[in-house]
Amino acid sequence: MQSQATYNYKVVRQFAVMTVIWGIVGMLVGVIIAAQLVWPELNVHEWLSYGRLRPLHTNAVIFAFGGCALFATSYFAVQRTSHVPLFAPGLAAFTFWGWQLVIVLAAVSLPLGMTQGKEYAELEWPIDILITLVWVSYAVVFFGTIAKRKVSHIYVANWFFGGFILTVAVLHLVNSAAVPVTLFKSYSAYAGVQDAMVQWWYGHNAVGFFLTAGFLGMMYYFVPKQAGRPIYSYRLSVVHFWALVFTYMWAGPHHLHYTALPDWTQSVGMVFSLILLAPSWGGMINGIMTLSGAWHKLRDDPILKFMITSLSFYGMSTFEGPMMSIKTVNALSHYTDWTVGHVHSGALGWVAMISIGSIYYLLPRLFGRPEMHSKKLIEVHFWVATIGVVLYIASMWIAGVMQGLMWRATNPDGTLTYSFVESVKATYPFWTIRLLGGLLFLSGMFIMAYNMFLTMASGKAVDAPVLEPAAAH
Amino acid sequence: MSDFVSGFWNYYVVSIVLVSILGCGVLLWMQSSAKHVEGETTGHVWDGDLQEYSNPLPSWWRWLFYLTIVFSLFYLAMYPGLGTFKGVFNWTSAGQYDGEMQKAEEQYGPIFMKFQSQDIMAVAADSEAREMGQRLFLTYCAQCHGSDARGARGFPNLADKDWLFGGAPEQIKESIASGRDAMMPAKGVKPDLNGDEIKDLANYVRSLSGLTADSIRSQRGKELFAPACSACHGPDGAGVVGLAPNLTDKIWLYGSSEDIITETIAKGRSNRMPAFGEFLGDAKVHLLTAYVYGLGGGVNEAPAAPGATTAEKK
Repeated sequence: MQSQATYNYKVVRQFAVMTVIWGIVGMLVGVIIAAQLVWPELNVHEWLSYGRLRPLHTNAVIFAFGGCALFATSYFAVQRTSHVPLFAPGLAAFTFWGWQLVIVLAAVSLPLGMTQGKEYAELEWPIDILITLVWVSYAVVFFGTIAKRKVSHIYVANWFFGGFILTVAVLHLVNSAAVPVTLFKSYSAYAGVQDAMVQWWYGHNAVGFFLTAGFLGMMYYFVPKQAGRPIYSYRLSVVHFWALVFTYMWAGPHHLHYTALPDWTQSVGMVFSLILLAPSWGGMINGIMTLSGAWHKLRDDPILKFMITSLSFYGMSTFEGPMMSIKTVNALSHYTDWTVGHVHSGALGWVAMISIGSIYYLLPRLFGRPEMHSKKLIEVHFWVATIGVVLYIASMWIAGVMQGLMWRATNPDGTLTYSFVESVKATYPFWTIRLLGGLLFLSGMFIMAYNMFLTMASGKAVDAPVLEPAAAH
Repeated sequence: MSDFVSGFWNYYVVSIVLVSILGCGVLLWMQSSAKHVEGETTGHVWDGDLQEYSNPLPSWWRWLFYLTIVFSLFYLAMYPGLGTFKGVFNWTSAGQYDGEMQKAEEQYGPIFMKFQSQDIMAVAADSEAREMGQRLFLTYCAQCHGSDARGARGFPNLADKDWLFGGAPEQIKESIASGRDAMMPAKGVKPDLNGDEIKDLANYVRSLSGLTADSIRSQRGKELFAPACSACHGPDGAGVVGLAPNLTDKIWLYGSSEDIITETIAKGRSNRMPAFGEFLGDAKVHLLTAYVYGLGGGVNEAPAAPGATTAEKK
């Protein structure tokens, strides 16, 4: 009987396809706002103005694109490594439709100007409640599947997925606590510097858990699968998992250096951000070293190229992050485009590339094909995306350091050498290069969508039979 | 001032921070000494072929981890971080700010003091002072009034001859040092104006500066101007410096379209120039006054005509 059962691939398929669709939407909005910085006259209507579209961009790429990728990969990995179909398939279907509704509501309410004004938590309270319902269902499906697993050990990918699901629930509930005034307006439950601290405790952990722990879970399943090699070190998994989930919680204050936040809180945030370097690199080492002994596979496997490049960007941005949290460095980098570049080396280089690689791994398996329609197009996608990221982050580094230096330059009489608008003017060339980088990355997503639809057209939806666990030792 | 409502929180912060940092080290130390066999797997298999090697922690990585822990403890001994403990260096961000401000005052103060005793007219004519004034203007004023001082909607043009609060040196100085508050009440002093009457008034106000206006409405508006507006703007709409703007001079702070004037009358306007005296100090305000005066609109003396004297709003 057990051999008759199949994994629940339907919800995985739905999320996997929507990952690509929302990726295009979210990155398109990013390209539009990048263009608005170069040509401000593109702010044609208040609904389409930079201030309204920017939160739409961040929400769409993080929660729509990244969120769908996490749902798809975690649902796939947790069933296969537990050797059972998903727990509560009805709830799993609800998480798909509920999450899509959240995204559509965000796409309508944010341009209309409905916002809680908290970065990455802009959505108003009724949508927050829907997110909570979806998220609790997600946790029930995920941990329910873990609970009925057929193997005694829980695979490392599931530690990270589980940590991400639990923590995001706590972060969302605490930071979005608000007093509703009308259906479309609420005020934060916190005030002043406490509100700022709660917001950045949330904000940095959104990076740490949504954009890091979740995607590390993805990495721990798909990299060894694609490389066909065992994970480099179980020991390293243990140490870096616990150190990462523990330390990230403390790092939020580095977003509030040199503000009204008490000095002691800023220092504590800074030292924990530095301690975070090694735990972050643990994940990179474990992923990249998994390939040792099989480096030749990188030459002709574009999916593996996506994965290994994503780990390299992960290592780079988790080095850059602790450096930027040092107060002296932060005094130069804060409020400049350097921060924007740093975020995108993580978001495009790490999050998007590991997701793209994993989705390329998934699609043929979900649609009963031996491989993607065109391997050549994956290769093209890889190079277009990589050049796009490099242009993006290099231009923002130069722009950021330049802005920081211009803002602090003083004349012999102590007045500022440059007015703010002069630094804006000097940034135009770099914003243009950034726009080009973003356009390249977006066009890569179109190539992916084309490849995906042709793969789907030539295949048909299949659900793989549940695999018997290997004989116990 | 303490950041904590009770002494308990100090001990709470100190202990939780230290335990957390040391906890990272203990975790690392325990796992480094755990048994491992290089090149062998742990024996667990998932999903057909997922396995994991039992390799040790890379030693360079271990030392990097220890290094960040040691640095953190050292940093928290030197700088504030452990609750109310001030750190060996006794550093505070407020202290650093005060120190830097004091140093800047010593270094730059005399440069600005040089002009403080001179008459505004003389300073305005001095090219070195004008350059310094312009740099100050670009740093503190250009955000609202624009790099060329020609203003924007809601922010007055400082380069023309029209002054809301007077263009004599002492009046400009007063505006910069103490700021200005301006408020036009909704519907002037006639709160029973209805929508149609407001439109009539808007047409009359447009006609005052020669803009196209509906002549019938304008005629009706003229009747309403005396009871609703003339108390501040004067019987002929020429305004009173320091009290109400001149409506006959084709210079508009918020705009001259019928819609905008209708909005101004219906809802009133409220605006404010912040006070810079305390923040910048007398010497810099003096230089800025001369710079603004010298932009071309400065007037020698406050006009002495009755009804047009300096309105001391502050």
